[in-house]
Amino acid sequence: MSEKPKRVALFVTCLVDMFRPEIGFAAVKLLEDAGCIVEAPAGQTCCGQPAYNSGDRADATAIARHNIALLAGFDYVVLPSGSCAGMIAKHYPLLFEDDPEMAGKARALAQRTFELTSFLVDVLGVEAVAGASHLGKVTYHDSCSGLRELGVKTQPRKLLGSVAGLTVSELAAPEECCGFGGTFCVKYPEISDRMVSDKAADATATGAAMVLGGDLGCLMNIAGKLKRQGSPIAVRHVAEVLAGGALVAPIGESGEE
Amino acid sequence: MHPTSHDFKANAHRAMRNEALQGALATLKKGFRAKRGIAVERLPEFEALRDAGRDMKNHVLAHLDHYLELFEAKVLAQGGHVHWARDAEEARRIVLDICRASNARTVTKGKSMVAEEIGLNAYLEKNGVRPVETDLGEYIIQLRDEPPSHIIAPAIHLNRGHVAQAFVKAHPQYPADRPLGEARELLDEAREVLRESFVTADLGITGANMMIAETGATIIVTNEGNGDLTQTLPRVHVVLTSIEKVVPTMEDATTVLRLLARSATGQEFAAYTTFSAGPRRAEDLDGPSEFHVVLLDNGRSNMLGGAFHDMLRCIRCAACINHCPIYGAIGGHAYGWVYPGPMGSVLTPALIGLEEAHDLPNASTLCGRCEAVCPMHIPLPRMLRHWREREFERHLQPGRVRLALKGWSWLVRHPTLYRLYTMAAVATLGMLGKRRGRFTSMPLAGGWTNTRDLPAPSARRGFMDQWATGRRR
Repeated sequence: MSEKPKRVALFVTCLVDMFRPEIGFAAVKLLEDAGCIVEAPAGQTCCGQPAYNSGDRADATAIARHNIALLAGFDYVVLPSGSCAGMIAKHYPLLFEDDPEMAGKARALAQRTFELTSFLVDVLGVEAVAGASHLGKVTYHDSCSGLRELGVKTQPRKLLGSVAGLTVSELAAPEECCGFGGTFCVKYPEISDRMVSDKAADATATGAAMVLGGDLGCLMNIAGKLKRQGSPIAVRHVAEVLAGGALVAPIGESGEE
Repeated sequence: MHPTSHDFKANAHRAMRNEALQGALATLKKGFRAKRGIAVERLPEFEALRDAGRDMKNHVLAHLDHYLELFEAKVLAQGGHVHWARDAEEARRIVLDICRASNARTVTKGKSMVAEEIGLNAYLEKNGVRPVETDLGEYIIQLRDEPPSHIIAPAIHLNRGHVAQAFVKAHPQYPADRPLGEARELLDEAREVLRESFVTADLGITGANMMIAETGATIIVTNEGNGDLTQTLPRVHVVLTSIEKVVPTMEDATTVLRLLARSATGQEFAAYTTFSAGPRRAEDLDGPSEFHVVLLDNGRSNMLGGAFHDMLRCIRCAACINHCPIYGAIGGHAYGWVYPGPMGSVLTPALIGLEEAHDLPNASTLCGRCEAVCPMHIPLPRMLRHWREREFERHLQPGRVRLALKGWSWLVRHPTLYRLYTMAAVATLGMLGKRRGRFTSMPLAGGWTNTRDLPAPSARRGFMDQWATGRRR
């Protein structure tokens, strides 16, 4: 690449920061291997979805304002999450529709913001990654926001297709919501459980040894159900597998078990 | 109909334990979804049609008064009558007055969600008029005295056993031990019983999928042909519909028709698409001698120009319902009123109030599939969020939920404190969950841990903490 390296702000998301930092470091590796200069701006916290999806528009707007200032000045903003990327890319501009001063800034940020796998494939043109080898048969859950708001569908599959010794065995209903839905899963636990039970059954029926996806919230939900059922199926974020290197224990499992 | 939306959670709980319902929902997901997918696949211009449908409806809504008046003038010129009903009470009254004026004792009815919305059957019965539903699904639920559970398949929650039971009870003229195990047998019996009603009814009531302003015609789309018999055989035909269903021209109606059946059942066209325009003319072979259109508002004009304006584009195809994972888990009755699924969760609070229906806009993961399949591009998730905003403004959520949200939102805007708080939380949870990698119970998180394990943090220090001290990979 002869052009100037791209300066990328990695917004790891609150869940990755707290529950699975390895996803963040995997994203750093993937981005650096693709020639980017990666920074993780220190003031980052949460994208504001809990407030936004709970009807607290004032707080959601204030959080968006904070993040718009924080993330200005980078060539791109990349998130290892379709729903958080969708929040910035699709919903921040809606929050400032009636605010002429902020609307332009929100739109400018939105245009520079991408979900990790779509950034690698659609913007950087990455064709192949080293990846973790010989994982055998895996299956893939398409998280709703990434899929329907950002069109993330083929990108992770394309990258997984370049990983040696790995095949993707599709779910019967890969586009069906897993029932996470942010606060939905604790507000309506019974309905959420029904949905994630269906997802777990679908994953089990593929015969895959691993479920991959691009959003930690959904993956914690799916892993939580599978582990409660005593299932041996491992659950991981797709970035962990794409980045290769040593893998830590799957989501919801411990190396010490 | 008396709403039970305020009992949403209890309704949903019951629904998820109803085996017959769960079986029916599994079939619905396989059937309607797959068929729609194939139908859309086979029509290359489907996306362009969606755009055209949306644009046409937007134009109508911007000039709704104009097109309604055009429609009214055409109906009058053709010898029909038009009645304007502000609310459910007025609409019921108008229909009853027409029944009384024509001395109607038995009334046949085609499927009409607007009739469900205004609770017409119970009202007519109370006032000495016997309504007979002629759509098979509607007939079955009328016998069982229950509301529809789906807007195009009202008895989807029932199996053949339920239907046979209802028929044995309702049709004492047949031997009690007759075979009713097969769909064919049930169908034949319903047909025989309903035929009697068709020929004896004094008045027929249908809904309308559309009204055409340029011709003054109303359209019904059915698969059973019952609508045709309902509107052609009796002396009087009453079309009961709502104001947003008007379209300007025949060609616009065609746009909607091409979207409607594909989105609903995956058919290219429904089996019957029937136009009615005014009473029987001298040269007509059949038809009613009186033709009435009752146009219901019931809160719709208040939605014009507001946050829920786009909902008025809805053509009641049920694609959003068929693809909704929540509906797929709990069925229609749990929503507690006439319109279930995503379209219902937007419409119901507007029509019966947010206090009664406050659960509905929240009972969604905002997965977006409803908007993705809506033939009219209605931004349903966006409108569910609008309702949540109104609830938040009006403090309709539990105080502790509000407090937790507010606390988190405050913390998020104070990164230094946020970091300290999350570092402590990660260290504690990471330590406690280290051995198993997950928790099987967690104080205040029972909603999660009652049915699933909660994954523990994979490390004792979070990403930003490790990044700050120099780790890069």
